[in-house]
Amino acid sequence: MSQPVISLDQVSFAFGTEHVLKNVSLDVQPHEFLGLIGPNGGGKSTLLRLILGLLPPQSGQVQVLGTSPRKAASQLGYVPQFARFARAFPISVEDVVLMGRLKRGRMLLPWRRRDRDSITPTLKRLGIDHLRHKPVDALSGGQLQRVLIARALAAEPRILLLDEPTASVDRDGETTLFELFSELKREMTVMVISHDLGFISDYVDRVACLNKQLIMHPTEAVTADTINQLYGEQVQMVHHHH
Amino acid sequence: MGIILALQDFFYALAHQSFLLNALIVGLLAAVAGGLVGPYVVVKRIGYLGGGIAHTVLAGMGIAYFLGASPILGAFICAIIAALIIGVISLNQADHEDTLISAFWAVGMATGVLFISQTPGYATNLTSYLFGNLLLTPSGLAPLLALVVAVIGALLLFVHKPLTAVIFDDEFARLRGVPTKALYLLLLCLVAITVVILLQAVGLIMVIALLTLPSALAGHHVGSLGKMMLFASIAGGAFVFIGMGISWVSDLPSGATIVLVCGVSYFFSLLLKRLRS
Repeated sequence: MSQPVISLDQVSFAFGTEHVLKNVSLDVQPHEFLGLIGPNGGGKSTLLRLILGLLPPQSGQVQVLGTSPRKAASQLGYVPQFARFARAFPISVEDVVLMGRLKRGRMLLPWRRRDRDSITPTLKRLGIDHLRHKPVDALSGGQLQRVLIARALAAEPRILLLDEPTASVDRDGETTLFELFSELKREMTVMVISHDLGFISDYVDRVACLNKQLIMHPTEAVTADTINQLYGEQVQMVHHHH
Repeated sequence: MGIILALQDFFYALAHQSFLLNALIVGLLAAVAGGLVGPYVVVKRIGYLGGGIAHTVLAGMGIAYFLGASPILGAFICAIIAALIIGVISLNQADHEDTLISAFWAVGMATGVLFISQTPGYATNLTSYLFGNLLLTPSGLAPLLALVVAVIGALLLFVHKPLTAVIFDDEFARLRGVPTKALYLLLLCLVAITVVILLQAVGLIMVIALLTLPSALAGHHVGSLGKMMLFASIAGGAFVFIGMGISWVSDLPSGATIVLVCGVSYFFSLLLKRLRS
């Protein structure tokens, strides 16, 4: 087995006295496509933020690409659940995606032609090349989501972390995106948070179920029992095999 | 007919009275400074902070005036100190930014008023600091302000890209290794410097108008920060020119007239935008 790209060892985190993560351990392998599911408030986003180095663990160890999350940050691509910016911000799709290419050493002076051209394959891959000069204000929720994914991919990351990337996308769009993620795993490690277990189990290699504590499952083993264990009640499971 | 005669009168005066031309140049430089920095202020929604720094600056001007030093130098120093203190305290979340600004705003004004009150010849100077009087612009000021505006422009050319990233989504910018806190403090310093330039034109009480209104108006019509800068600089320049012209021929206070031209244009533009959509 090769060196894991993400390694959490007995990680705990609490907001005040409210425990969000308890002794979570997790190893993610290179080129793995990992799904992370669990109820709201179960700590999914917090786990992602620990891996990104946006939060420090209160106990335990987080290692990313063999180093600290902060040092690894430039090699991570992050797609947040919600756009954190004002929708009315006067900026084009192209300029948003280019922000993924910011890094130490190419920070100052305006973008050059070469930089602008370099994101074209990413825009095409996500089917948003025709929107590149549109203001973000004019986009639909699904289009904006693709812009955020393109921004993360523009960084040419070794690990792609997505927080509910299909929340505002319709069913067809969701299928297309998950097919893209399965394709991307040849180039990088992909970790995606989802609320829709039945759907992601068709695509991911392993599912991590998180409700303060973390339980790993190979995809095939995800059953109604798993769900009950996780959510503690009978949950309607919907599979989408069409 | 009357308007044309009045315009002729204004152009004639511009050509023959060097103090008027000097005043116009300072006014136009102020418009460009406001146009360059204003779009960041409008988009980041820190207009109140700009107003706060402007009022705090009275402390620096008052102390400099009392000591017999240059009030504009006092203003620059005071503005930058205020911006950095507000920025650092707010970044460390010691208190809410708007509470801090309120404190600086009032304490700065109080300090300025006390120092000015202890200096002979107090009344006229206080009024021109508060409300501006372009016609009293010292003749050596224009080259200094031109230099400052050129430095602001050059600096923005360098940092516009990461600065936009910080204003747009600071969390993502931080993940990309952008020094977000340093850039935020730099932005506040740029706002501070711009405020001091603007108050030459319209006085510290009305600075906020030239800092935000031309940029907000530009934002109604164009879709990028760069275009907003261009649009806002030109619009601000036009407001200064028109305001000065009206104040000259009608013998009205120039600062207030410029601000009213600014305000009327802004509301008209807002209406136009509403009607179009």
